[in-house]
Amino acid sequence: MPDTSHTLIQPPIAMLAELTHRCPLACPYCSNPLEMTQKGAELDTDTWLRAFREAAEMGVLQIHLSGGEPVSRRDIVDLARGAREAGLYVNLITSGIGLTEKRLQALEPFVDHIQLSLQGITAAVADRIGGYDGGFDRKMHVAELIGQMGFPLTLNAVMHRHNLDDLPATLDMALRLGARRIEIACVQFQGWALKNRAMLQPSRDQVNEAKRIVAEARKALKGRLAIDFVPPDYYADYPKACMGGGWGSTGLNIAPDGKVLPCHAAETIPSLTFQTIAEASLRDIWYDSPAFNAFRGTDWMPDLCKTCDRRDIDFGGCRCQAMAIAGDPAATDPVCRKSPHRALVDAALDIDVVDGPQPEFIYRRL
Amino acid sequence: MTTDRIPVIPRGVRRHHDAVRGREVLLGPERALMLDDTAVAILAAVDGTRSLGDIAGHLSAAYNAPRDVIEPDVVAFLDGLADQMLIAYA
Repeated sequence: MPDTSHTLIQPPIAMLAELTHRCPLACPYCSNPLEMTQKGAELDTDTWLRAFREAAEMGVLQIHLSGGEPVSRRDIVDLARGAREAGLYVNLITSGIGLTEKRLQALEPFVDHIQLSLQGITAAVADRIGGYDGGFDRKMHVAELIGQMGFPLTLNAVMHRHNLDDLPATLDMALRLGARRIEIACVQFQGWALKNRAMLQPSRDQVNEAKRIVAEARKALKGRLAIDFVPPDYYADYPKACMGGGWGSTGLNIAPDGKVLPCHAAETIPSLTFQTIAEASLRDIWYDSPAFNAFRGTDWMPDLCKTCDRRDIDFGGCRCQAMAIAGDPAATDPVCRKSPHRALVDAALDIDVVDGPQPEFIYRRL
Repeated sequence: MTTDRIPVIPRGVRRHHDAVRGREVLLGPERALMLDDTAVAILAAVDGTRSLGDIAGHLSAAYNAPRDVIEPDVVAFLDGLADQMLIAYA
Protein backbone atom coordinates (compact mmCIF):
# COMPACT_ATOMS: atom_id res chain seq x y z
CA MET A 1 0.00 0.00 0.00
CA PRO A 2 1.37 3.44 -0.89
CA ASP A 3 2.41 5.96 1.71
CA THR A 4 -0.68 7.91 2.69
CA SER A 5 0.86 11.01 4.13
CA HIS A 6 -1.86 12.92 2.23
CA THR A 7 0.59 15.44 0.84
CA LEU A 8 -0.04 14.47 -2.78
CA ILE A 9 -3.68 13.46 -2.52
CA GLN A 10 -6.04 16.37 -3.09
CA PRO A 11 -9.51 16.42 -1.56
CA PRO A 12 -12.35 15.48 -3.93
CA ILE A 13 -14.39 18.20 -5.65
CA ALA A 14 -17.53 16.30 -6.62
CA MET A 15 -19.55 13.39 -5.30
CA LEU A 16 -22.11 11.29 -7.13
CA ALA A 17 -24.77 10.02 -4.74
CA GLU A 18 -26.60 7.12 -6.31
CA LEU A 19 -29.57 7.31 -3.97
CA THR A 20 -31.38 4.30 -5.43
CA HIS A 21 -31.20 1.86 -8.30
CA ARG A 22 -34.98 1.99 -8.70
CA CYS A 23 -36.04 3.70 -11.92
CA PRO A 24 -39.17 3.74 -14.08
CA LEU A 25 -36.97 3.64 -17.18
CA ALA A 26 -34.98 0.65 -18.39
CA CYS A 27 -32.39 2.27 -20.70
CA PRO A 28 -30.13 -0.40 -22.18
CA TYR A 29 -27.03 1.76 -21.56
CA CYS A 30 -27.72 2.46 -17.88
CA SER A 31 -24.54 3.24 -15.94
CA ASN A 32 -25.75 1.26 -12.93
CA PRO A 33 -24.05 -2.08 -12.34
CA LEU A 34 -25.56 -5.32 -13.65
CA GLU A 35 -26.12 -6.43 -10.05
CA MET A 36 -28.30 -3.77 -8.51
CA THR A 37 -29.33 -2.94 -4.96
CA GLN A 38 -32.92 -3.65 -3.90
CA LYS A 39 -34.95 -1.03 -2.06
CA GLY A 40 -34.56 -2.76 1.31
CA ALA A 41 -30.77 -2.46 1.17
CA GLU A 42 -30.72 1.28 0.40
CA LEU A 43 -29.15 3.69 2.89
CA ASP A 44 -31.63 5.50 5.11
CA THR A 45 -32.09 9.26 5.19
CA ASP A 46 -29.87 9.94 8.19
CA THR A 47 -26.96 7.96 6.80
CA TRP A 48 -27.10 9.90 3.53
CA LEU A 49 -27.25 13.19 5.41
CA ARG A 50 -24.19 12.19 7.43
CA ALA A 51 -22.38 11.28 4.20
CA PHE A 52 -23.20 14.72 2.73
CA ARG A 53 -21.79 16.47 5.81
CA GLU A 54 -18.66 14.33 5.77
CA ALA A 55 -18.23 15.07 2.07
CA ALA A 56 -18.53 18.82 2.55
CA GLU A 57 -16.14 18.76 5.52
CA MET A 58 -13.47 17.02 3.46
CA GLY A 59 -13.71 19.47 0.55
CA VAL A 60 -16.44 18.22 -1.78
CA LEU A 61 -18.10 21.25 -3.41
CA GLN A 62 -20.73 19.66 -5.61
CA ILE A 63 -23.15 16.82 -5.01
CA HIS A 64 -24.93 15.05 -7.83
CA LEU A 65 -28.15 13.46 -6.58
CA SER A 66 -28.61 10.60 -8.97
CA GLY A 67 -29.75 6.98 -9.22
CA GLY A 68 -31.55 5.13 -10.72
CA GLU A 69 -34.17 7.78 -10.52
CA PRO A 70 -33.43 9.91 -7.44
CA VAL A 71 -36.99 11.18 -7.12
CA SER A 72 -38.06 7.56 -6.60
CA ARG A 73 -36.82 8.23 -3.05
CA ARG A 74 -39.71 9.47 -0.93
CA ASP A 75 -37.21 11.50 1.11
CA ILE A 76 -35.72 13.30 -1.90
CA VAL A 77 -36.68 16.75 -0.57
CA ASP A 78 -35.10 16.02 2.83
CA LEU A 79 -31.97 14.74 1.10
CA ALA A 80 -31.72 17.83 -1.11
CA ARG A 81 -32.24 20.08 1.89
CA GLY A 82 -29.56 18.24 3.88
CA ALA A 83 -27.09 18.45 1.04
CA ARG A 84 -27.66 22.18 0.63
CA GLU A 85 -27.44 22.78 4.37
CA ALA A 86 -24.13 20.92 4.39
CA GLY A 87 -22.87 23.65 2.04
CA LEU A 88 -22.91 21.70 -1.20
CA TYR A 89 -23.91 22.81 -4.69
CA VAL A 90 -26.84 20.50 -5.38
CA ASN A 91 -27.36 19.04 -8.84
CA LEU A 92 -30.38 16.81 -9.38
CA ILE A 93 -29.84 14.26 -12.16
CA THR A 94 -33.26 12.97 -13.17
CA SER A 95 -35.33 11.47 -15.97
CA GLY A 96 -38.10 13.81 -14.84
CA ILE A 97 -40.48 10.88 -14.36
CA GLY A 98 -42.06 11.25 -10.94
CA LEU A 99 -41.55 15.01 -10.70
CA THR A 100 -44.67 17.12 -10.32
CA GLU A 101 -45.10 20.87 -9.99
CA LYS A 102 -45.63 20.46 -6.25
CA ARG A 103 -42.48 18.38 -5.85
CA LEU A 104 -40.43 20.75 -7.97
CA GLN A 105 -41.57 23.63 -5.77
CA ALA A 106 -40.57 21.69 -2.65
CA LEU A 107 -37.13 21.02 -4.15
CA GLU A 108 -36.60 24.54 -5.50
CA PRO A 109 -35.01 26.13 -2.38
CA PHE A 110 -32.39 23.39 -2.13
CA VAL A 111 -31.56 22.33 -5.67
CA ASP A 112 -29.14 24.60 -7.56
CA HIS A 113 -29.52 22.97 -10.93
CA ILE A 114 -31.39 20.18 -12.71
CA GLN A 115 -29.86 17.83 -15.21
CA LEU A 116 -32.60 16.19 -17.26
CA SER A 117 -31.82 13.06 -19.21
CA LEU A 118 -32.98 12.80 -22.81
CA GLN A 119 -33.40 9.43 -24.50
CA GLY A 120 -34.49 10.86 -27.84
CA ILE A 121 -36.35 13.79 -29.37
CA THR A 122 -39.46 11.84 -30.40
CA ALA A 123 -41.71 9.59 -28.35
CA ALA A 124 -41.05 6.75 -30.77
CA VAL A 125 -37.29 6.73 -30.16
CA ALA A 126 -37.27 7.87 -26.53
CA ASP A 127 -39.88 5.40 -25.30
CA ARG A 128 -38.22 2.53 -27.12
CA ILE A 129 -34.86 3.37 -25.50
CA GLY A 130 -36.37 3.99 -22.08
CA GLY A 131 -38.57 0.89 -22.34
CA TYR A 132 -41.46 2.95 -20.94
CA ASP A 133 -44.51 3.92 -22.99
CA GLY A 134 -45.59 7.50 -22.38
CA GLY A 135 -42.29 8.40 -20.70
CA PHE A 136 -41.35 10.96 -23.33
CA ASP A 137 -44.62 12.91 -22.98
CA ARG A 138 -44.29 12.97 -19.19
CA LYS A 139 -40.69 14.13 -19.46
CA MET A 140 -41.62 16.95 -21.83
CA HIS A 141 -44.33 18.08 -19.42
CA VAL A 142 -41.79 18.20 -16.58
CA ALA A 143 -39.31 20.01 -18.83
CA GLU A 144 -41.92 22.72 -19.44
CA LEU A 145 -42.50 23.09 -15.69
CA ILE A 146 -38.77 23.36 -15.08
CA GLY A 147 -38.60 26.09 -17.72
CA GLN A 148 -41.56 28.00 -16.32
CA MET A 149 -39.98 27.96 -12.86
CA GLY A 150 -36.73 29.31 -14.29
CA PHE A 151 -34.81 26.36 -12.87
CA PRO A 152 -31.28 26.23 -14.29
CA LEU A 153 -31.33 23.29 -16.69
CA THR A 154 -28.85 21.06 -18.47
CA LEU A 155 -30.10 18.50 -20.94
CA ASN A 156 -28.16 15.28 -20.80
CA ALA A 157 -28.60 13.66 -24.20
CA VAL A 158 -27.18 10.16 -24.31
CA MET A 159 -26.31 9.44 -27.93
CA HIS A 160 -25.78 6.26 -29.92
CA ARG A 161 -26.60 4.67 -33.28
CA HIS A 162 -30.36 5.24 -32.90
CA ASN A 163 -30.36 8.97 -32.15
CA LEU A 164 -27.01 10.47 -33.18
CA ASP A 165 -28.50 11.52 -36.54
CA ASP A 166 -30.98 13.66 -34.57
CA LEU A 167 -28.20 15.79 -33.08
CA PRO A 168 -29.25 19.11 -34.74
CA ALA A 169 -32.84 18.66 -33.54
CA THR A 170 -31.51 17.72 -30.09
CA LEU A 171 -29.65 21.03 -29.88
CA ASP A 172 -32.83 22.83 -31.03
CA MET A 173 -34.76 21.13 -28.26
CA ALA A 174 -32.25 22.34 -25.66
CA LEU A 175 -32.75 25.91 -26.85
CA ARG A 176 -36.52 25.55 -26.97
CA LEU A 177 -36.61 24.24 -23.39
CA GLY A 178 -34.43 27.11 -22.18
CA ALA A 179 -31.48 24.92 -21.19
CA ARG A 180 -28.25 26.86 -20.79
CA ARG A 181 -26.17 23.76 -21.21
CA ILE A 182 -26.32 20.41 -23.00
CA GLU A 183 -24.23 17.31 -22.63
CA ILE A 184 -23.94 15.31 -25.81
CA ALA A 185 -22.77 12.14 -24.15
CA CYS A 186 -22.02 9.28 -26.49
CA VAL A 187 -22.59 5.98 -24.74
CA GLN A 188 -19.58 4.68 -22.82
CA PHE A 189 -19.40 0.92 -22.95
CA GLN A 190 -19.52 -0.32 -19.38
CA GLY A 191 -22.09 -2.49 -17.64
CA TRP A 192 -25.47 -2.51 -19.41
CA ALA A 193 -24.13 -0.58 -22.36
CA LEU A 194 -21.44 -3.18 -22.88
CA LYS A 195 -24.13 -5.88 -23.02
CA ASN A 196 -25.90 -3.82 -25.71
CA ARG A 197 -22.84 -2.59 -27.55
CA ALA A 198 -23.80 -4.20 -30.84
CA MET A 199 -27.12 -2.31 -30.76
CA LEU A 200 -25.70 1.02 -29.65
CA GLN A 201 -22.34 1.51 -31.36
CA PRO A 202 -22.61 4.36 -33.87
CA SER A 203 -20.95 4.21 -37.28
CA ARG A 204 -17.80 6.13 -38.09
CA ASP A 205 -19.78 8.35 -40.47
CA GLN A 206 -22.25 9.20 -37.72
CA VAL A 207 -19.42 10.09 -35.36
CA ASN A 208 -17.61 12.30 -37.85
CA GLU A 209 -20.82 14.14 -38.70
CA ALA A 210 -21.59 14.62 -34.99
CA LYS A 211 -18.15 16.14 -34.39
CA ARG A 212 -18.67 18.55 -37.28
CA ILE A 213 -22.12 19.58 -36.02
CA VAL A 214 -20.83 20.13 -32.48
CA ALA A 215 -17.92 22.27 -33.67
CA GLU A 216 -20.28 24.46 -35.74
CA ALA A 217 -22.92 24.69 -33.02
CA ARG A 218 -20.35 25.73 -30.40
CA LYS A 219 -19.52 28.77 -32.54
CA ALA A 220 -23.07 29.56 -33.58
CA LEU A 221 -24.55 29.19 -30.08
CA LYS A 222 -21.78 30.86 -28.10
CA GLY A 223 -23.29 32.70 -25.15
CA ARG A 224 -26.65 30.93 -25.59
CA LEU A 225 -25.87 27.27 -25.02
CA ALA A 226 -22.79 25.60 -23.57
CA ILE A 227 -22.12 22.27 -25.27
CA ASP A 228 -20.18 19.48 -23.59
CA PHE A 229 -19.37 16.70 -26.01
CA VAL A 230 -18.28 13.25 -24.84
CA PRO A 231 -17.07 11.46 -27.99
CA PRO A 232 -17.37 7.70 -28.29
CA ASP A 233 -14.26 5.96 -26.99
CA TYR A 234 -13.85 3.27 -29.59
CA TYR A 235 -13.35 5.79 -32.42
CA ALA A 236 -10.80 7.80 -30.46
CA ASP A 237 -7.02 7.63 -30.84
CA TYR A 238 -6.35 8.25 -27.18
CA PRO A 239 -8.33 7.38 -24.04
CA LYS A 240 -10.17 9.72 -21.73
CA ALA A 241 -8.74 10.38 -18.31
CA CYS A 242 -10.51 8.45 -15.56
CA MET A 243 -12.92 10.87 -13.84
CA GLY A 244 -11.30 13.83 -15.59
CA GLY A 245 -8.10 13.86 -13.54
CA GLY A 246 -7.25 10.23 -12.84
CA TRP A 247 -8.45 7.57 -10.39
CA GLY A 248 -9.20 8.97 -6.94
CA SER A 249 -8.21 12.50 -7.94
CA THR A 250 -11.33 14.66 -8.15
CA GLY A 251 -14.49 12.68 -7.55
CA LEU A 252 -16.12 9.80 -5.73
CA ASN A 253 -19.34 7.89 -5.86
CA ILE A 254 -21.59 6.38 -3.21
CA ALA A 255 -23.78 3.47 -4.32
CA PRO A 256 -27.31 2.98 -2.92
CA ASP A 257 -26.04 0.46 -0.35
CA GLY A 258 -23.32 2.84 0.88
CA LYS A 259 -20.32 1.42 -0.97
CA VAL A 260 -17.85 4.19 -1.70
CA LEU A 261 -16.42 3.91 -5.21
CA PRO A 262 -13.85 5.83 -7.26
CA CYS A 263 -16.31 5.73 -10.19
CA HIS A 264 -19.71 4.23 -10.92
CA ALA A 265 -18.23 1.23 -12.76
CA ALA A 266 -15.41 0.45 -10.33
CA GLU A 267 -17.13 -2.65 -8.99
CA THR A 268 -16.39 -4.36 -12.33
CA ILE A 269 -12.79 -4.69 -11.10
CA PRO A 270 -12.94 -7.91 -9.08
CA SER A 271 -9.55 -7.50 -7.38
CA LEU A 272 -10.74 -4.45 -5.45
CA THR A 273 -12.73 -4.38 -2.22
CA PHE A 274 -14.88 -1.37 -1.45
CA GLN A 275 -15.83 -0.15 2.00
CA THR A 276 -19.19 1.33 2.90
CA ILE A 277 -19.77 4.56 4.78
CA ALA A 278 -21.03 2.40 7.66
CA GLU A 279 -17.58 0.81 7.91
CA ALA A 280 -15.34 3.87 7.68
CA SER A 281 -15.46 7.64 7.32
CA LEU A 282 -15.43 9.11 3.82
CA ARG A 283 -12.14 10.75 4.68
CA ASP A 284 -10.47 7.47 5.62
CA ILE A 285 -11.81 5.76 2.52
CA TRP A 286 -10.70 8.57 0.21
CA TYR A 287 -7.17 8.92 1.59
CA ASP A 288 -6.30 5.51 2.98
CA SER A 289 -8.32 2.69 1.42
CA PRO A 290 -6.46 0.25 -0.85
CA ALA A 291 -9.16 0.60 -3.53
CA PHE A 292 -8.77 4.39 -3.82
CA ASN A 293 -4.99 4.10 -3.81
CA ALA A 294 -4.88 1.23 -6.32
CA PHE A 295 -4.46 3.42 -9.41
CA ARG A 296 -3.35 6.75 -8.00
CA GLY A 297 -0.15 8.34 -9.25
CA THR A 298 2.05 6.52 -11.78
CA ASP A 299 3.52 3.54 -9.89
CA TRP A 300 0.76 1.18 -11.06
CA MET A 301 1.19 2.07 -14.73
CA PRO A 302 2.65 -0.16 -17.42
CA ASP A 303 5.90 1.23 -18.86
CA LEU A 304 4.01 2.22 -22.01
CA CYS A 305 2.03 4.76 -19.97
CA LYS A 306 4.82 5.72 -17.55
CA THR A 307 7.07 6.83 -20.40
CA CYS A 308 4.32 8.33 -22.57
CA ASP A 309 4.18 12.09 -23.19
CA ARG A 310 0.42 11.89 -22.57
CA ARG A 311 0.90 10.35 -19.13
CA ASP A 312 -0.28 13.47 -17.32
CA ILE A 313 -3.09 14.12 -19.80
CA ASP A 314 -5.03 10.86 -19.74
CA PHE A 315 -3.35 9.00 -16.83
CA GLY A 316 -3.50 5.69 -18.70
CA GLY A 317 -7.23 6.08 -19.39
CA CYS A 318 -10.14 4.17 -17.95
CA ARG A 319 -9.33 1.31 -15.54
CA CYS A 320 -12.77 -0.23 -15.99
CA GLN A 321 -12.37 -0.26 -19.77
CA ALA A 322 -8.96 -1.92 -19.39
CA MET A 323 -10.69 -4.53 -17.22
CA ALA A 324 -13.61 -4.98 -19.63
CA ILE A 325 -11.58 -5.33 -22.82
CA ALA A 326 -8.09 -6.46 -21.79
CA GLY A 327 -9.11 -8.33 -18.65
CA ASP A 328 -6.50 -6.38 -16.67
CA PRO A 329 -7.38 -3.22 -14.72
CA ALA A 330 -3.71 -2.13 -14.72
CA ALA A 331 -3.32 -2.32 -18.51
CA THR A 332 -3.19 0.70 -20.80
CA ASP A 333 -6.74 1.63 -21.82
CA PRO A 334 -7.23 -0.51 -24.97
CA VAL A 335 -8.71 2.50 -26.78
CA CYS A 336 -5.19 3.99 -26.95
CA ARG A 337 -3.55 3.63 -30.38
CA LYS A 338 -0.38 2.51 -28.61
CA SER A 339 -2.09 -0.22 -26.57
CA PRO A 340 -1.21 -3.83 -27.42
CA HIS A 341 -4.94 -4.51 -27.03
CA ARG A 342 -6.14 -1.90 -29.56
CA ALA A 343 -6.84 -4.66 -32.09
CA LEU A 344 -9.60 -5.91 -29.76
CA VAL A 345 -11.33 -2.52 -30.00
CA ASP A 346 -11.05 -2.45 -33.79
CA ALA A 347 -12.36 -6.00 -34.00
CA ALA A 348 -15.33 -5.02 -31.82
CA LEU A 349 -16.12 -2.12 -34.16
CA ASP A 350 -16.03 -4.51 -37.13
CA ILE A 351 -18.36 -6.98 -35.47
CA ASP A 352 -20.81 -4.40 -34.09
CA VAL A 353 -20.98 -1.95 -36.97
CA VAL A 354 -20.00 -3.85 -40.10
CA ASP A 355 -21.64 -7.19 -39.32
CA GLY A 356 -24.74 -5.48 -37.99
CA PRO A 357 -26.61 -5.14 -34.73
CA GLN A 358 -27.98 -7.74 -32.36
CA PRO A 359 -31.73 -8.43 -32.72
CA GLU A 360 -33.03 -6.59 -29.63
CA PHE A 361 -32.06 -4.49 -26.63
CA ILE A 362 -31.34 -6.15 -23.34
CA TYR A 363 -33.18 -3.77 -21.02
CA ARG A 364 -31.91 -2.78 -17.62
CA ARG A 365 -34.27 -4.16 -15.01
CA LEU A 366 -33.82 -4.24 -11.26
CA MET B 1 -17.95 44.41 -28.50
CA THR B 2 -18.97 47.35 -26.38
CA THR B 3 -18.37 47.90 -22.70
CA ASP B 4 -21.92 49.05 -21.96
CA ARG B 5 -23.10 45.45 -21.59
CA ILE B 6 -24.28 44.60 -18.07
CA PRO B 7 -23.05 41.26 -16.71
CA VAL B 8 -25.14 39.31 -14.23
CA ILE B 9 -24.46 36.09 -12.36
CA PRO B 10 -27.32 33.85 -13.52
CA ARG B 11 -29.41 31.60 -11.33
CA GLY B 12 -27.59 28.29 -10.87
CA VAL B 13 -24.22 30.00 -10.50
CA ARG B 14 -22.96 31.26 -7.16
CA ARG B 15 -19.87 32.22 -5.25
CA HIS B 16 -18.82 30.03 -2.37
CA HIS B 17 -16.12 30.21 0.26
CA ASP B 18 -14.26 26.91 0.22
CA ALA B 19 -13.13 26.61 3.82
CA VAL B 20 -11.16 23.40 3.21
CA ARG B 21 -8.95 24.89 0.49
CA GLY B 22 -9.13 28.41 1.89
CA ARG B 23 -10.30 29.84 -1.43
CA GLU B 24 -13.20 31.54 -3.11
CA VAL B 25 -14.83 29.45 -5.83
CA LEU B 26 -17.51 30.01 -8.43
CA LEU B 27 -19.92 27.09 -8.57
CA GLY B 28 -22.12 26.31 -11.55
CA PRO B 29 -23.40 23.28 -13.43
CA GLU B 30 -20.49 20.79 -13.53
CA ARG B 31 -18.11 23.65 -12.79
CA ALA B 32 -16.07 24.63 -9.75
CA LEU B 33 -13.81 27.51 -10.67
CA MET B 34 -11.10 28.45 -8.18
CA LEU B 35 -10.91 32.25 -8.09
CA ASP B 36 -7.82 34.39 -7.57
CA ASP B 37 -7.97 37.80 -5.87
CA THR B 38 -8.53 39.63 -9.15
CA ALA B 39 -11.40 37.34 -10.11
CA VAL B 40 -12.98 37.78 -6.68
CA ALA B 41 -12.77 41.57 -7.00
CA ILE B 42 -14.32 41.57 -10.47
CA LEU B 43 -17.16 39.23 -9.50
CA ALA B 44 -17.84 41.24 -6.35
CA ALA B 45 -18.41 44.25 -8.61
CA VAL B 46 -20.95 42.36 -10.73
CA ASP B 47 -24.18 43.61 -9.17
CA GLY B 48 -26.63 43.48 -12.06
CA THR B 49 -26.57 47.26 -12.56
CA ARG B 50 -22.94 48.05 -13.41
CA SER B 51 -21.82 47.72 -17.04
CA LEU B 52 -18.42 46.31 -17.99
CA GLY B 53 -17.16 49.89 -18.23
CA ASP B 54 -18.61 50.77 -14.83
CA ILE B 55 -16.90 47.74 -13.29
CA ALA B 56 -13.56 48.74 -14.78
CA GLY B 57 -14.03 52.28 -13.50
CA HIS B 58 -15.03 51.05 -10.06
CA LEU B 59 -11.99 48.75 -9.76
CA SER B 60 -9.69 51.42 -11.18
CA ALA B 61 -10.75 53.78 -8.40
CA ALA B 62 -10.77 51.14 -5.68
CA TYR B 63 -7.31 49.80 -6.48
CA ASN B 64 -5.83 53.03 -7.77
CA ALA B 65 -4.85 51.41 -11.06
CA PRO B 66 -5.08 52.76 -14.62
CA ARG B 67 -8.45 52.03 -16.16
CA ASP B 68 -7.07 51.31 -19.64
CA VAL B 69 -5.08 48.45 -18.10
CA ILE B 70 -7.96 47.09 -16.04
CA GLU B 71 -10.74 47.27 -18.60
CA PRO B 72 -9.42 44.64 -21.06
CA ASP B 73 -8.86 42.23 -18.16
CA VAL B 74 -12.40 42.74 -16.87
CA VAL B 75 -13.90 42.21 -20.32
CA ALA B 76 -11.75 39.14 -21.08
CA PHE B 77 -12.50 37.51 -17.74
CA LEU B 78 -16.26 38.04 -17.85
CA ASP B 79 -16.55 37.17 -21.55
CA GLY B 80 -14.67 33.97 -20.78
CA LEU B 81 -17.23 33.12 -18.10
CA ALA B 82 -20.06 34.07 -20.47
CA ASP B 83 -18.74 31.55 -23.01
CA GLN B 84 -19.16 28.90 -20.31
CA MET B 85 -22.62 30.30 -19.47
CA LEU B 86 -21.42 31.25 -15.98
CA ILE B 87 -22.19 34.91 -16.70
CA ALA B 88 -25.14 36.32 -18.63
CA TYR B 89 -25.43 39.77 -20.17
CA ALA B 90 -28.63 41.60 -19.33
